[in-house]
Amino acid sequence: MRFAVIQFGGSNCDRDAHYVLSEICGVDTDLLWYKEGLPRTYDAVIIPGGFSYGDYLRAGAIAARTPAMKDITAHAGRGGLVLGICNGAQILAESGLVPGVFSINAYPAFICREVYLRVDQTASPFTSLYRPGEVIRIPIAHKEGRYVAPDAVIRELEEEGRIAFRFCSMEGDLTPESNPNGAMGSITGILNREKNILAMMPHPERASEVILGSEDGKKVFLSMIGHIESSGST
Amino acid sequence: MIFLAKITIGLKEGMLNPEAMAISHALGNLGFPTDDIRTERVFLIRFDAADHRDAEEKARGMCERLLANPVIHHYEIEVHR
Repeated sequence: MRFAVIQFGGSNCDRDAHYVLSEICGVDTDLLWYKEGLPRTYDAVIIPGGFSYGDYLRAGAIAARTPAMKDITAHAGRGGLVLGICNGAQILAESGLVPGVFSINAYPAFICREVYLRVDQTASPFTSLYRPGEVIRIPIAHKEGRYVAPDAVIRELEEEGRIAFRFCSMEGDLTPESNPNGAMGSITGILNREKNILAMMPHPERASEVILGSEDGKKVFLSMIGHIESSGST
Repeated sequence: MIFLAKITIGLKEGMLNPEAMAISHALGNLGFPTDDIRTERVFLIRFDAADHRDAEEKARGMCERLLANPVIHHYEIEVHR
């Protein structure tokens, strides 16, 4: 089993993701400069957080049009897992691999703090180790993270069970106060139709060790590893 | 032939514009109250095209494939020689 973490110019959570996967989760993980594309097959690809291309034009817009994304799209087409975290989520939305867009926060400030998330879909390779409706604590760090999509798309996501995470209160309620960026439906983690791609604004790699205050995010990576093991990869 | 495209990208009607809200607030503080402010972005792009129609076609391609995000943006194109 092998994971890849893609580094774009301006990625800044690449080493954190690599550290959590290789040191905490114990899985072989390559850090790949985007110009290399995907030089071999991988079981999972992580697009980490950061500010690729300085967020020029729109967050993720330019990275989404690099040749590396063609390799990642092909990898996903073969059923490989793709996890986009924060800027990675913006890149996945800009690539059209998940619908909608992560736009500027309703209150246009950069927000960096821990939030509560409700796990709304556990039948996915990224969330299978959570309990349905489990409330977890993971930090966010973004200024462009407000999920926006046409109403029809939101309905489709709900009907197809493609909303992995929503912002919520400590008790798991969806309230305006617990929605830090004004996202539609408090949505902050969405799956593609085949559920092998997850785009999420919160940072699970920053919540994977007790010493960092929470290890609620670790189950995202462990779920992926479990999924790959059960589907028979070596 | 070289053409110059002026491409204006703005948020679709009804889309929340936090930037405009912040600017409106600051204008109010300076004694210029307004409750109607929109922000748009202008790109001036010079490029080669066979004719006017081809230039418009290329400018549209730029908008749809990169400059605008169709989920939230509309765009206008003006092409000049």
